Amino acid sequence: MDLLLLITIFVVALFLGVELITKVPPTLHTPLMSASNAISGITLVGAILAAGSGAGVLVNILGFLAVILATINVVGGYLVTNRMLAMFKRK
Amino acid sequence: MSPTFVSIAYLVAAVLFILGIKNLTKPRTAVKGNQLSSIAMLIAVVVTLLDQQILGYSWIIVGMLIGGFIGAYLARTVQMTSMPEMVAALNGFGGGASLFVALANVFDPSMADNSVAQLSIGITVLIGSVTLSGSFVAFGKLKELLSGNPIKVPGNTILNGALVVAGLLLILANTMSPGGGWIFLLVVVAIALGLVLVLPIGGADMPVVIALLNSYSGIAAATAGFISGNTVLIISGSLVGASGLILTQIMCKAMNRSLPNVLFGVMAEGGEKIDADEVYAGKVKSSSPEEVAMMLETAERVVIVPGYGLAMAQAQHAVRELANVMEARGTDVKYAIHPVAGRMPGHMNVLLAEAEVPYEQLIEMDEINPQFEQTDVAIVIGANDVTNPMAREDKGSPIYGMPILNVDKARNVIIVKRSLSPGFAGLPNPLFAKDNALMLFGDGKKAIVELTASLKEAD
Repeated sequence: MDLLLLITIFVVALFLGVELITKVPPTLHTPLMSASNAISGITLVGAILAAGSGAGVLVNILGFLAVILATINVVGGYLVTNRMLAMFKRK
Repeated sequence: MSPTFVSIAYLVAAVLFILGIKNLTKPRTAVKGNQLSSIAMLIAVVVTLLDQQILGYSWIIVGMLIGGFIGAYLARTVQMTSMPEMVAALNGFGGGASLFVALANVFDPSMADNSVAQLSIGITVLIGSVTLSGSFVAFGKLKELLSGNPIKVPGNTILNGALVVAGLLLILANTMSPGGGWIFLLVVVAIALGLVLVLPIGGADMPVVIALLNSYSGIAAATAGFISGNTVLIISGSLVGASGLILTQIMCKAMNRSLPNVLFGVMAEGGEKIDADEVYAGKVKSSSPEEVAMMLETAERVVIVPGYGLAMAQAQHAVRELANVMEARGTDVKYAIHPVAGRMPGHMNVLLAEAEVPYEQLIEMDEINPQFEQTDVAIVIGANDVTNPMAREDKGSPIYGMPILNVDKARNVIIVKRSLSPGFAGLPNPLFAKDNALMLFGDGKKAIVELTASLKEAD
């Protein structure tokens, strides 16, 4: 894809992120952080492509390591956020 | 599955991530936000698994099983007091994952066939490695495997600068002549950079570091997206990057520190050394749980000020119990929350939520400060620097200008603390010597339990 287009997406997403998060209350800072951590595990997509490609064992092994780390991030991040948010629920 | 379909599915995932983050910013919708974002992740993963480029599934499935098991185990067993360590470790894993994705692409000629891809690989390796090593130093500090205080690295600023320059040159070299082994040298340089960046940061600056590393882990995912032009990686990675930056900024503001000062471990120049004995000289009054309980019996408005000491003593449940007893007697109880109380942004709120403190009772600094004058008793538990009046009054003090909780304006102040030892900033606290202040020496949890017992007896 056109590099300039990708850079445009990147910059617009950064600004969008800033707009979305500027007024978040302190109560949610920690859950927000662990949830955004889970989201940064999106790199799992790249990891899956590498681990499942036929580009050689070395690529598969590096992809495999990336899959493990990214999955810890995704699963751990979402579950722990869920655990915290459950405590904030009104009774 | 056709590439168009994959792209559309990634678009749907990106939109759900955005909606998820939007919902995560309000207490009422946060649970839904987390669900939306996890659905987005599921869509992105499933679609990727069905992608034509996948030839074999064995590595993927085994990797996901191992990672999923470890992640679930960590999330289930981690204590709420250890949340900062957990987040630091997750940041590190995220950065490490992006690093390995970039390295895998180094060996896949079909992926990195142009200079943009090579440049992206270089940048991802740099940020991913810094995040990986930096996060594990932060983890070690929080877990007290390393000293929690700033660890001086000789010639720190020059060393940092040299490593950054070396890293950038190596990225350039790799882009010009890929496959020249530059990338492995870059991994070494960047790992070292992560170490020397975080080692000198300590104590009260930890919330900033964690927020910053959170941001890096997102940026690493975004730059990994540039390697193969993957839009969902770019969008969700940069959302995380931006969110981490905002939290970093909030933390810096809450401590009246600039980001460069935090990064280079610079504290404001203190004037002459402040002598703790001089500050306290015979003016500190010690008290007993019985005496404090008598004071609470007649109090109408009480504000509890929790700090990291409360977390260390696991006293959040004991505090909640005390608040219950006071409320049953008709006392109005609130909690004053300083933005950097604890070791990561919002950590204190999580601990109090664990003890089922209703979040309506958690009052932020700007709102609670004017109320201290009408407060009969302020109970400070394990909070030190965030209540130090020097920040307001002493121009020569290193923490001058940092916004604090004005507990000294309350009619009576009870400070629950083991000793007169200083907090992270290493300063004596003149609050302890004030006329309206009483020290209740002891372990936070034990002292609060005794206090609650005494108050119950009074009925």
